[in-house]
Amino acid sequence: MSRLELRHVRKAFGGLDVLADISLSVGASEFVSILGPSGAGKSTLFQLLTGAEHGEGEMLFDGAPLDDHGRHFAFMPQCDALMPWRRILNNATLGLEVQGIRRKAARARVAPLFAEFGLAGFERHFPAQLSGGMRQRAALLRTVVQERDMLLLDEPFGALDALTRTAMQRWLEQMWRHHRWTALLITHDVREAVFLSDRIYVLSARPARIVREIKVPLPRPRSLGGDAARQASALEAEILDIILNPNPPKGHDHD
Amino acid sequence: MISVGLLLLVWELCATYSGIKPTILPAPSRVFEQAMLNREALVDNAIPTIRATLLGFACSLSAAFALSMLVDFFLPLRRALFPVFIVSQTLPLVAIAPLVVLWFGFGLAPKIMLVALVTFFPMLVALVEGYEATEAEIGQMLRAMGAGRWRIFVLARLPSALPYFFAGLRISITYAVVGAIFAEYAGAAKGLGIYMLNAKNNFRPDLVLAAVGVSAALTLVLFGLTVLLQRLAMPWERAGKESAGKGPWR
Ligand SMILES: Nc1ncnc2c1ncn2[C@@H]1O[C@H](COP(=O)(O)OP(=O)(O)OP(=O)(O)O)[C@@H](O)[C@H]1O
Ligand SMILES: [Mg+2]
Repeated sequence: MSRLELRHVRKAFGGLDVLADISLSVGASEFVSILGPSGAGKSTLFQLLTGAEHGEGEMLFDGAPLDDHGRHFAFMPQCDALMPWRRILNNATLGLEVQGIRRKAARARVAPLFAEFGLAGFERHFPAQLSGGMRQRAALLRTVVQERDMLLLDEPFGALDALTRTAMQRWLEQMWRHHRWTALLITHDVREAVFLSDRIYVLSARPARIVREIKVPLPRPRSLGGDAARQASALEAEILDIILNPNPPKGHDHD
Repeated sequence: MISVGLLLLVWELCATYSGIKPTILPAPSRVFEQAMLNREALVDNAIPTIRATLLGFACSLSAAFALSMLVDFFLPLRRALFPVFIVSQTLPLVAIAPLVVLWFGFGLAPKIMLVALVTFFPMLVALVEGYEATEAEIGQMLRAMGAGRWRIFVLARLPSALPYFFAGLRISITYAVVGAIFAEYAGAAKGLGIYMLNAKNNFRPDLVLAAVGVSAALTLVLFGLTVLLQRLAMPWERAGKESAGKGPWR
């Protein structure tokens, strides 16, 4: 049963075709990634979903058209979008405040999550006082506490160094196993997509269309060693091949 | 501070040893001495100037704030109004000051107007550009959270404008005292401007300079206040600087 479904979505900015033809679906408690080269139009897709821009085609949530924008999604932008003037605690409660929840109640709801997000003790800090990885976790915290139907994550770890990024990916995979969010993740990191996702849509360069849908049949928790890791590497190699050779010889499809 | 001291020293030496008469170029020591002797008159004349400065500044601050919001919500207004404001900045103060005094008399009103005229535009521009500097992603995120325009303005655009606002405030405040003095120069019962004019007419450059010193001190104090205010209003700025250069983890 798919929650989010896009059918033949297109978007052009002036004369520039950005999204050519996007059809995809995300099921309940499914973690789906969109993998594509830089500038393909990935963030644009989220702009359509959050109602910042309007495109053509059908966008359905639980079978109903997505016209009441934004009530279904908790959106995490490509930059962390933390407000520099708010302390981390108040950044985390932002979404709840906008929903009309009183500050005190919002704080009570957010406070217990700080430990889980590795931010305990930093509630009163300003974003500028945090490291890159902590800022991303704070942004993620602000996103998930909104308790919306679905998470939209735009390259949450794109700006981090490789070491921190790997640590964050493992952390997110663990978090996801606990919470089972329905999530759509944008990334251009093949390893990240394979490590975190149940399914991956591979996008072409601009104008973006979906060139392949790949299931990731690896067991969870995802591990970095053993048989599963070898399978993951094979999958990564295959995806890289698809991205780097736009017209591959037909052969090994996954579904 | 050192540079100001050095300048005063050179001036003192020039005035003492070059043979220029003190009625032309008085030494700083003489200016200070005379300022002390005439301090009652100076304070008496500084008060109306301070009053005009602060009142004019308060007026222009409120006007700039109200208009900046209006312009932010109705973009076409910006295109309609900005040319008028820009032209208002090209009016030469020397010409406009006597006219305003002629129209509105010797009272407080023309002084307030002139101070407001010279300080309004820098603050308006600072605020409007500050709102524009809001990160697009923050706006998109707030909209996705369900925030309306007003909510976005209060939560994101207004705080984003604070650094710009304070930059504009610092520029404006240095114009404010000068604006008030110009207005008084064009006609007033009391004030530093009219004091300078009278001192000049009585061939007392030392007293003119003493009044200049008072107005400079006034500007410095106001400038210092804006810096202090900024620190209080934007605690995150200092917090960020103190802990810059952290490791990538934790
Ligand atoms: N508001 C806009 N107006 C005009 N062009 C836009 C706008 N937003 C995006 N574009 C264009 O759309 C294209 C895709 O942009 P988008 O941000 O979606 O890429 P992306 O896939 O997210 O890239 P990256 O991985 O680098 O974040 C770019 O060529 C960009 O110039
Ligand atoms: Mg992007």
